[in-house]
Amino acid sequence: MSPKDAPKVELTLPIIPDMELAATKTAEVIAKHMNLGEEKTAEISMALIEATINAFEHSESDAGNVEIHFVIQADTLVIKVTDKGKGFDPSKVKIPNIEEKLGSDRKRGWGLKLIQELMDTVEFESTPEGTTVTMTKKK
Amino acid sequence: MSDFSLNVREEGDVVIIETAGYLNNVGGEKVSEACYEKMETGKKLFLINLENSKVVNSIGVSILIEIIEKLQDVDGKLGYYNLAPIVEKTFNIMGLTKYSTVYYSEAEGLEGMA
Repeated sequence: MSPKDAPKVELTLPIIPDMELAATKTAEVIAKHMNLGEEKTAEISMALIEATINAFEHSESDAGNVEIHFVIQADTLVIKVTDKGKGFDPSKVKIPNIEEKLGSDRKRGWGLKLIQELMDTVEFESTPEGTTVTMTKKK
Repeated sequence: MSDFSLNVREEGDVVIIETAGYLNNVGGEKVSEACYEKMETGKKLFLINLENSKVVNSIGVSILIEIIEKLQDVDGKLGYYNLAPIVEKTFNIMGLTKYSTVYYSEAEGLEGMA
């Protein structure tokens, strides 16, 4: 099966508190279909929570929605999380560490680090018109 | 909105907080309020039972970093037990396990706090 013919699942989530959990329910069904196992399924769900929250919180989107596309390839799950916000420069995002967070007023800002640690690959495409985070997990 | 609840009890000097539900910003704030309330009465040893909070996000976990910081000021300790594997992994990635302790049961936690 070529990536072009791979089955896809598309979700449109309104920016409403806790709606990221709707994305994880879908991810769990897809991961089960792909026989990904409990550990990888949990890692995908956690990364998806973080990517969706980032899209909700940082996009400052007028569209009011975040799009999530799951592409089920033979040996890889590809997840794209897209918002229509103002975009950001990933190279300017500082990698957090707890030593700096202790004593700092800002304890948050862990989303990208968690996504990078939990998924096999992560790529960002960001313009002033929006951001897409593409994450993959191999079987 | 997700439901989040907690139960607070004491075992000697140790305050045990049992959570249930999604540990997000709302859940994290409830845990910190419970801790700070007990800290005002002089308590400084806290154990959080996360058996019924198998889903967390980094905002909720960030609030635990705030609790660690406040406990450092009073020579206090924070520990957790009954963590789902992904929650423990998240705590490791975020570095919480350098400044607080994961236990595998309440008994082990109480012994470790002593």
